[in-house]
Amino acid sequence: MPTEVKVMDAHEMRRALTRIAHEILERNKGAENLVLVGILRRGAPLAHRLSRLIEQIEGTAVPVGELDIALYRDDYRTHAVSDIGATHIPVDITDKKVVLVDEVIYTGRTVRAAITALMDLGRPACVQLAVLIDRGHRELPIRPDYVGKNLPTARQEFVEVKLEELHGEDSVCIRKPDEER
Amino acid sequence: MLTDLISLRETEPTDIRRLLDTAQSFKEVLERPVKKVPTLRGKQVVTLFYEASTRTRVSFENAAKIMSADTTSVAAASSSVQKGESLLDTVRNLRAMRIDCLVMRHPQSGAAHLVAQALDIPVVNAGDGMHEHPTQALLDMLTIRQHKGRLEGLTVAIVGDITHSRVARSNLWGLSKMGAKVRFVAPATLLPRDVHRLPVEVYTDLRKGMEGADVVMALRLQQERMERGLLPSLREYSQRWGVNTKALEVTKPDCIVMHPGPMNRGVEISDDVADSGRSVILEQVTNGVAIRMAVLYHLLGGEAAG
Repeated sequence: MPTEVKVMDAHEMRRALTRIAHEILERNKGAENLVLVGILRRGAPLAHRLSRLIEQIEGTAVPVGELDIALYRDDYRTHAVSDIGATHIPVDITDKKVVLVDEVIYTGRTVRAAITALMDLGRPACVQLAVLIDRGHRELPIRPDYVGKNLPTARQEFVEVKLEELHGEDSVCIRKPDEER
Repeated sequence: MLTDLISLRETEPTDIRRLLDTAQSFKEVLERPVKKVPTLRGKQVVTLFYEASTRTRVSFENAAKIMSADTTSVAAASSSVQKGESLLDTVRNLRAMRIDCLVMRHPQSGAAHLVAQALDIPVVNAGDGMHEHPTQALLDMLTIRQHKGRLEGLTVAIVGDITHSRVARSNLWGLSKMGAKVRFVAPATLLPRDVHRLPVEVYTDLRKGMEGADVVMALRLQQERMERGLLPSLREYSQRWGVNTKALEVTKPDCIVMHPGPMNRGVEISDDVADSGRSVILEQVTNGVAIRMAVLYHLLGGEAAG
């Protein structure tokens, strides 16, 4: 049996996101000109949550977009993705401060693809990165600007983020690999 | 896992659904100011057409180019086919140039299947004789789904020159696999001889065939494929079988009208219907690019590709 360890519950997730919302506002000196862009799937609900939190703190609504990166992946040759979402960003991102949002940063390849995808849509003033979990093992010179939790992991382990909007609960688990396999 | 797209008769419902879903997602790219994504960089797609085409060929080439593939277009009329080269020799020579995907149209039913067996790269049938035209049916299904929210349980009346129509055949297989009810509505002379063996309701009366339909698909009268004697005159055909405002009175009120193009205005479809709010004919064309992007994406990606 693979072992599973819960490393974040719903309360901790809420606190982490609240802190990230404050940090985004602090770094950008308010909510002006901000756009939150969630990477599909799990980044999108997180971007919406951050937008609501920012609105509660600052009283300003921040536009939220969703970005699908299937067309930009560097592993397309080996893995054509079958579950593809649609990119939808309600505003022109040119000259905006874009905060990319994803649930886990690992190799950095997803974020690389997301940055390329964003650049095809416009020329943002800057791009920042917010992640719920940083599990290490970067393969590219990419680092997040806002991190919910740093989680040292082994490469064989699997980090699963569950979100209320998609899975009916908020939690983060690490699954150790099955010893027998 | 799809390796070629030759006919919807032989395509699994899960693959049809996946292609429709993917195309729906890719439509966004078509609305961008800069329509270019890097997915198929370095892939070479050849379109080999032994029959005339505007829509289909441009649609495939645009789809490939939007995804950064390189495209080469071969028209049989100006190729070595004129010097007597056989179909299989032609495609083997193209493959020897290390192309990655072949999109082909041929007047002979089964030609694409023959080529797919001979080549180790994905082959897409862009129309083979009177057999199938799978991407046309897929774009039709995508258009219907966008308007009706579903395919299951819908009644689709396909009207006109059924015998010569690969579009009708592909739609029949695709739509019935997705749970829609298909009707062929045509004069007896324009129905295929084996029609009773197909999973379709046949009507030789326009009014009865259109009654209660959610979708009406008018087919082009294919005069170039028609032997003489099937029809008394074009004028009589348009009066008895043309899709016009009056004929549409018996359909569902929210019935949409489709046509695979090119239209013979005033023959199988009247001007006022073709240009009316019910007509989704130009949406079909836009969806065609998205569908072909999805087809190339799934055929050229993954471990199945060479």
